[in-house]
Formats: sequence, C-alpha cells, structure tokens
Amino acid sequence: MKREPFFWITISCGVVIMAFILLPLIQLMTSPSLGMLRETIQDKDVVRSIWLSIYTAGLAALISFVFGTPLAYLLARREFSGKRFVEGIIDLPIAIPHPVVGIAILSVAGKNHWIGQVFSELGVRVMGSVTGIVTVLTFVGIPFYLNAAKTGFESISPRLEKVSRSLGASMFSTFVRITFPLAWRSMLIGIIMCCARAISEFGAVVIVAYHPMIAPVLIYERFEAYGLRYSQPVAVWLVSICLVLFLILRILTLRNAKEI
Amino acid sequence: MIEIRDLNIRLLDFTLSDINLGIAENEFFILMGPTGAGKTVLMEAIAGLVPIKSGKIFIREKDITRLPPEKRDISIVYQDYALFPHLTVFENITYGLHFHRIDTAQAEERLNRLFDVLNISHLRERLPAKLSGGEKQRVALARALIVDPSVLLLDEPLSALDPGFREDVRNALKTLHQSSSATFLMVTHDFAEALSLAERAAVINKGIIEQIGDMKEIFEKPNSPFVADFVGMKNLFKSSSSGTHAMVSGLRIETGRTIDPSSHYVAIRPEDIVISRENISSSMRNNYSGIVTKIDNQGFYYEIDVRVKDVSFKGLITKGALIELGLKEGIPVYISFKASAVHVF
Repeated sequence: MKREPFFWITISCGVVIMAFILLPLIQLMTSPSLGMLRETIQDKDVVRSIWLSIYTAGLAALISFVFGTPLAYLLARREFSGKRFVEGIIDLPIAIPHPVVGIAILSVAGKNHWIGQVFSELGVRVMGSVTGIVTVLTFVGIPFYLNAAKTGFESISPRLEKVSRSLGASMFSTFVRITFPLAWRSMLIGIIMCCARAISEFGAVVIVAYHPMIAPVLIYERFEAYGLRYSQPVAVWLVSICLVLFLILRILTLRNAKEI
Repeated sequence: MIEIRDLNIRLLDFTLSDINLGIAENEFFILMGPTGAGKTVLMEAIAGLVPIKSGKIFIREKDITRLPPEKRDISIVYQDYALFPHLTVFENITYGLHFHRIDTAQAEERLNRLFDVLNISHLRERLPAKLSGGEKQRVALARALIVDPSVLLLDEPLSALDPGFREDVRNALKTLHQSSSATFLMVTHDFAEALSLAERAAVINKGIIEQIGDMKEIFEKPNSPFVADFVGMKNLFKSSSSGTHAMVSGLRIETGRTIDPSSHYVAIRPEDIVISRENISSSMRNNYSGIVTKIDNQGFYYEIDVRVKDVSFKGLITKGALIELGLKEGIPVYISFKASAVHVF
C-alpha cells in the first residue's frame, strides 16, 4: 500500500518535536564530566537546595491532596450554578505569569495587608522562608492535582456509590471501600503532576524567597555568577533525581494496575 | 408496605409531580413508562438517593423520608449492574454483610441459597469484567438480596441482556420473589416483560402517574390515551358518544353498552380486528369496508393499515393469513370487531 503524503507529514512533525525536546536535554545531561558531577554532589549547598526543592514540592503536593480531594470530589459529583466559574478559578494559577504569582502572594502576606500582619503576629514569616516557598508551590501546583483527581472521580459511576449506600455503607465507608480504591491511581497521578509542576517553579519562588535556596534558584545563581559550565552539573543532578523519583512512582502504579 | 404521599421532586432537568402510590407487602409491583418518564428517579427517591422537594415516603408505616439510604433497608439493582469492578464476585455479593449484624451461619446459608438459585457458585473468584451480562445481573441480584432487604428495587434489570439471558434472569426473579419476603418494585419500559412478572403496576409518563391498577385492568381498560398507546391499543380515536355508540369522524362504532358521557376516546386492540375479503356475516356488531393502505412486516406478524372513510384502523394478521387473503396495498377489504372489544374512556 502506498502511504499518503499526510502520513509522511505526521511522521516528520513527530520526529522534529521529539528532537526539539530531547536534543537540549541530552546535551545538558552529557555535558558535565563525571568528575564534575562527583564534585558537585559533595557540595553542601547543592545537596541542601535539591533536598529543599524535593521536600517543599512534596509538602505542596500533600497540602493539595488533603485540601484538594474533597473539592475535586464535589466538582466531580455535583452540579451547581457557578460550577464553571469555580473551575475557571482553579485553572487561573496555570495562566498567570510566574513572577506575578510571587508578587500577588507577597501583597497578601506582606506587612501592608492585614493577613500578613496577622501572620507576623503569630510569628509566621512568608518572605524568605520555607513557609513562603511551600505557599508558592502549592499555589502553582494545586490546579494539576485538582484536575487529575476530579477526572478520576468522574470516571467512577455514581451508581457504584449509590449501591454501596443502599447496602448499608455510610458515605465515609463508601468512600473508603469503593471510591478511593477506584480513584487512588488518578489521585497519585495528580500528586506526581503537582510535584513536577512545583519542582520546576522558579519565577514565583525567586520573588518570595531567594533564600533559602531551592535548586532552580541555585542553578540560576550559578549561571549568573559563573556561567553555563557551573550551572549544568546541578541541573543534571536535579533532573536525574526527579526522574528517578517519578519513575519509581510510575512503576508502583503500573504494577498495581495489572492487579485489577 | 410502601406508601408514597404527594411526592414532588425537582431536579435540574426533570420533575416528578404529586406522586401517590401504595404497594402491598411482598408484592411484585411494576413501574412502567417510556424512557425519560421518571421511573428511575422515583425509584432512587424511594431508596433515598435523590433529594425530595416535598411529600413523604413510608415503609411498613414508618416515615423514612429523611433517613439516609444506608438506614432504609432497601436494595437496588441497576440496568448496568453497577458491580464493584475491583472486587471479586464473592466480595461483591458479601459487601453488604459488612454493615449488617448477621451471624455467620445464617449469612452462609443465605449465600449458598442465592448461589444455588442464581447458579453462580462457579463464578465466586472472578472479577466482574470477566462475566457475561446475564452473569453480572445475577451477581447484582445476589448482592442486593443477601442483606435480606424489606424492598428490592429493580431498574430495568432485563433491558441490557440478550434475549436468552433475559429469560433466565426473568425466571430467577420469579423464583427469588416467591422465596423471599421482600417487596419487589421493578421499573421497565417493556409492557410484555411487565405482564409476565407483575400482579399490579403503575404507568408513569413525564413525571406523572397516569394509571395504577392490576396488570389486567391496565391492559384491558387504559384510562388515558397515553396508557392505551403504551399497552398496545394502537387504534385510538377521539370520539363523541350518544347512547351505546361512539362517533369517530362520522363513523358509527357500536359498543353494546351505554357510554359514560364524560368519555372522549375509543380504543381497539389491533389483534381484535378481523380482516377479510368478503363481507362475512357474523355476530360482530361492527363491520366496515375499507382499503388497505399499508402492510408492515413485524416479524411474526404483519400490521395492516385499513382506511375506512377518514379513519385508519390497524389490524394484526399472521403471514399465512396475509398470503391466504392475498392482501396488497390498495385492495378493498372488510374489517369487523366485536362491540365488547371497543374500549371507551
């Protein structure tokens, strides 16, 4: 069978896009020598910043999970006027330029706003603190968790929950025995996406907290101060560690997928 | 047993109005109506699964209107089975036992009986995805009945099944109803299915109950044009009446009895209309000559449209009779039917 020209267009576009994404990354990953990589990972600042990046992103995902799950469930199950509006608000953080996110959060958490004043009375500091970093990362990451979890809940027929209720299970038992076992995979994917988005955030964090330094800020600083060669090894370590973490999570999910 | 009083439901795209319904203990009651009539909503309201605007629902004289679904002792079986996909057949069936205090021996006995009646014991360890439609529906029935509910709600349990399985499940339903103390309330849009299962029924259309009564009564004496059409009375005409006959577009139809002046319709079942080529003299009071306008093949039967003056009658005949009579579109025929076959309302 003779292939149509359209087929060749789809293939060549695909190849171009793959190259466009992979080429810079491969170049980045192969640039630093092994010696430099070893030296970099022994640098306390680097280890500290990567660790900070991972655990602040993890915290942001945890907060999204705890507060986002009930809202995602509500959005998946109920129709109410203004639902589209709520969904629009949830997507807002995706559309706002990153530095603007930082500035917006500071304008609420700063000394000129009553919320900021209440915080400082309570001894909670947002500017230049881990609290500030987690706040920013949750802000940018939570839409990803909400949307993934909502899609997961939507894919479960409400009738399963109705049957469960009619058989004597309370709302809570129904969630634990039926809804959660069927939705946890989507929720986990939501957590991974939220984490990934949080780890990659730079623009908003750099405004709220230059110090303590998360990995992207450290990479930026090394690039500014010493140039490409010195920022590359940190970047390689950050990318590798994140890839390994996400890979482990994905393998865990896939293995369980086969059981059902 | 089940008593529904002045029930009103308003959903985003649907309303149920002034529903009043009484169902006796251990009855097999059927709720009939076309798709979108509100049958499923009414059933979910009884189960406590949709919000009610006003009205009350009683079960065994107890007001359950405000009870959550898990406290109502009502099981539900859906058309699409709604089996829990992550649990095995055994886990699905025994799901409800986690929430009921039943001693192990009794639970085991019930389980074995249901496995037996429904013939599903060999499926025990399978997941729902590996079952056929008929098997799924039988598992769903077992799951609903193991908690020994006071009411079993069945939402079109046979509609999604292949004809062969349908008969199996229908027979299983009969057996289960006879051996169980539960009251069965089944929803269907299929009148034939209703006839074979239920003693009493209600016909619901556009959120309103049109008629409640014995199956026989609904079948023979529909009280509205909608019900008449729904139960297959395809010859339905607006009429004016005087004495014992009704006038339909100038056609005089004899009913053999004095007609209630508040009646506005006459209806005749197509199977009660006799079609012939010659004017047979018989005891039938209504005889007309007309023209065949349409012949419709319906599988086992042919539906024949015969135009008499301005009135179009529908009759049913077998394929053999069709050939014997040599019926074709456009030929003249005689139709006749008994006065007692004419239903007036």
